[in-house]
Amino acid sequence: MNWRVKVERRVSYPRFFPTVVLLFSLLGGFVLIGLLFLISHVNPLFALWKIFSGSFGSLYGITETITKAIPLILIGSGLALVFRAKFWNIGAEGQLLIGAIFAGYVALNLGPKLPFYVIVPLMFVAGFIGGALWALPTVILKLRLNVNEVISTLMLNYIAAELLNFLITGPWKGKTQMGFPYTDDFPHSAVLSVVPGTRIHLVTLCLALLFAFALFIMVYYTRFGYELRVTGDNPDAARYAGIDFMKVTLIMMIISGGVAGIAGVGEVAGIHHHLSYPSSISSGYGYTAIIVAWLAKLNPLLTILSGLFFAGIVVGGDAIQVSLGLPAATVQIFNGILLFSLIMGDYFLNHRVKLVVREAP
Amino acid sequence: MIGITKTFGNVIANRDINLQVEAGEILGLLGENGAGKTTLMNIVYGLYRPDSGAIKINGKPVSLSSPAHAMAQGIGMVHQHFKLIQNHTVLENIALGYKDAPFLFPTRKVADDLRRLQENYGLEINPDVYVWQLSAGEQQRVEILKALFRGADLLILDEPTSVLTPQEAQGLFRTLSRLASEGHSVIFISHKLDEVLSICNRVTVLRHGQVVGTKDTARVDKRELARMMVGREILFDLKRKDVKKGGVVLEVQGLHVNNDRGLTSVSDVSFDIKAGEIFGIAGVSGNGQQELVEALTGLRPIDSGQILVNGRDISRASPYTINAMGVSHIPEERIKFGTAPSLAIFENAVLKQHGNRAFSGRLFLDFASIKEHAKRIVSNFKVRTPSIDVPVRTLSGGNIQKLILGREISGKPSLLIASHPTYGLDVGATQYIRSQILQLREKSVAVLLISEDLEELVELCDRIAVMFKGKIMGIVAREDLNLEHIGLMMTGSHARSACEAGK
Repeated sequence: MNWRVKVERRVSYPRFFPTVVLLFSLLGGFVLIGLLFLISHVNPLFALWKIFSGSFGSLYGITETITKAIPLILIGSGLALVFRAKFWNIGAEGQLLIGAIFAGYVALNLGPKLPFYVIVPLMFVAGFIGGALWALPTVILKLRLNVNEVISTLMLNYIAAELLNFLITGPWKGKTQMGFPYTDDFPHSAVLSVVPGTRIHLVTLCLALLFAFALFIMVYYTRFGYELRVTGDNPDAARYAGIDFMKVTLIMMIISGGVAGIAGVGEVAGIHHHLSYPSSISSGYGYTAIIVAWLAKLNPLLTILSGLFFAGIVVGGDAIQVSLGLPAATVQIFNGILLFSLIMGDYFLNHRVKLVVREAP
Repeated sequence: MIGITKTFGNVIANRDINLQVEAGEILGLLGENGAGKTTLMNIVYGLYRPDSGAIKINGKPVSLSSPAHAMAQGIGMVHQHFKLIQNHTVLENIALGYKDAPFLFPTRKVADDLRRLQENYGLEINPDVYVWQLSAGEQQRVEILKALFRGADLLILDEPTSVLTPQEAQGLFRTLSRLASEGHSVIFISHKLDEVLSICNRVTVLRHGQVVGTKDTARVDKRELARMMVGREILFDLKRKDVKKGGVVLEVQGLHVNNDRGLTSVSDVSFDIKAGEIFGIAGVSGNGQQELVEALTGLRPIDSGQILVNGRDISRASPYTINAMGVSHIPEERIKFGTAPSLAIFENAVLKQHGNRAFSGRLFLDFASIKEHAKRIVSNFKVRTPSIDVPVRTLSGGNIQKLILGREISGKPSLLIASHPTYGLDVGATQYIRSQILQLREKSVAVLLISEDLEELVELCDRIAVMFKGKIMGIVAREDLNLEHIGLMMTGSHARSACEAGK
């Protein structure tokens, strides 16, 4: 007798099966995370309870969760689009920062001269353009020189971060900030209004919901969405069907980069009101949004839910840092483990793993 | 090998095959593509396990469960597409996976032994060059050395000359003769009759997964082998009505096309197809048929020449334009090109036509009309599926083919290009698709049918051209058809000499 693991492709499954797999992979992820808490001598159930009561258990927690969900939904819905076409944009973080820089330029230079109803739309448009421009080089590198987009988008993140560092410590350094590496505060016309008593910048929240819905319609109901799904599912069939790969890739990357740029506008104009260090403008939203898109099964509309979920983890993570004395990186480990278990879940969705017993030859 | 049977799903790849190789013998294994040669050899090499039957080596029954196991039993294989690591040197490739190589500096011990082996068999090659610097013939020599190095007594070569120049092939034959004279056995898989006759001692012919016969090469000629390989009995059970031909639909003039590596693979090809005519292209695959089809459908840029459809030049048009001009295409690799497997059947039913006004506005797809269209295809072409909402990957190969055929025909084409439309399908689906192609002919559609299945071509075509090494060896009208001539042209004889050999 010997044992052998046999893996075969799963051809079909019942309708509810993907949901079951999703729940099981989340469960598996939480079990692994629980082990981590055990290692640091923290009761895992207590820690999980702390996380979710920190984010969803109080009015303050909920408003903070919504605030952090805004960039996650925006970026996540854009990433759902490109990931569906199997174009791996890891550069949303950089696209967000460039969007923030473009908005900062508009706010600082035009803000004092123009009223808010001109300057706010202008900032969002500038942010969209900035993010889109930052996404384009990777498309051209990929299509012309066959450079892997994972590497080029990832590297552009560092360039964007250093560019921002350069601006805030050099040419754009604020005269009123007492030597801190910030730009001057944005003029009032360039500051987004928030829901009183919270940090929820309403305009960006509306934009996030709007994009999630519009991109959902785009993916499932338009001709472009159809071409995008065919391209992602089988590039050879797309070529055979006369679908222009270049056009599809360009359009979707402009959208994906653009919405990340808009997220950047929201962060600086809604929360910080000036440009500062890359790590304070975005606490890794561009990366967390990758998991958001994945948990939403690459459905832009569902990123609203998965964005809220991960925003909750970010907020609750801050809470347990304080109350349980855990290191700041805990949340990142948390997110990483969840992404792994989600991807593994996809594997089990498409493959059946069997243990086969057979007689020795 | 005794009574070997192997099935894949419903397809029987090998049925009750007996094969015997003696020490010091070169055995030819002859057959058309899909005859089951490669499956059989993969069984010997331990890649597949037979459903039934036994393998004996030197009289002892063995069970070969993996290539490593087969190698340990003295069986070595040189695949058609070499399995070497391009960025490693010859020596490193040979040391890789060699069980007696030491953990540290594995190449050192191997180097001495390799030199001895090379001198023994006259296989000259510098062991320190990188594999990517070598020609195909040299890479093949490395593969042979690798097999011999692992102590192979039986060497299997799968279509070894398909990648070689004639000079390199002569070198290979010398090596093989030398190996045989030293007591090694060789199985030489090929569909080239001349080669088999010149270097093999005996030859076994396979057709449709079964052994047709085994002959001594001294007592058999090319004609007889061609007949055994192609098969005689052909069922004319489809009704072919007389159809009046219309004007020329497709005209190809002096077409030259390069393959992916930039080498000429279609060379000076000219032909035309009239409305209501089925024009067949016969030939062993890899002789330029695929590149020809890709050029005609806009998937591959042409080097020179002209392609006219209904008098309009499409030599440089995009696939989308060509399709819009009424050219439908059933691709050779239907899973690879024809469908998006995770998308639903109704979504695949309009692939390529999704931009048509009937199915899409400027922005939005019209799902109601798409679904109606999909339902029509599914019922008219008898696609067996629980619903049109399931992903295409849940369908069987035959049903996917029916869906593609339905989609391509429903576009009311003036020209249908069908590449191997029945390859790998069961008898029922095959007959159905053939009858559909005949019906198109009655509707005055021009059909270009590329197939390796001569029976199919004979059953359907008004004229048959034979392609060999990118050239058309001759075009034969239905009335003058002679299978033996076609078989000979497929192996490189010109139309005239083929006729003479036939008389």
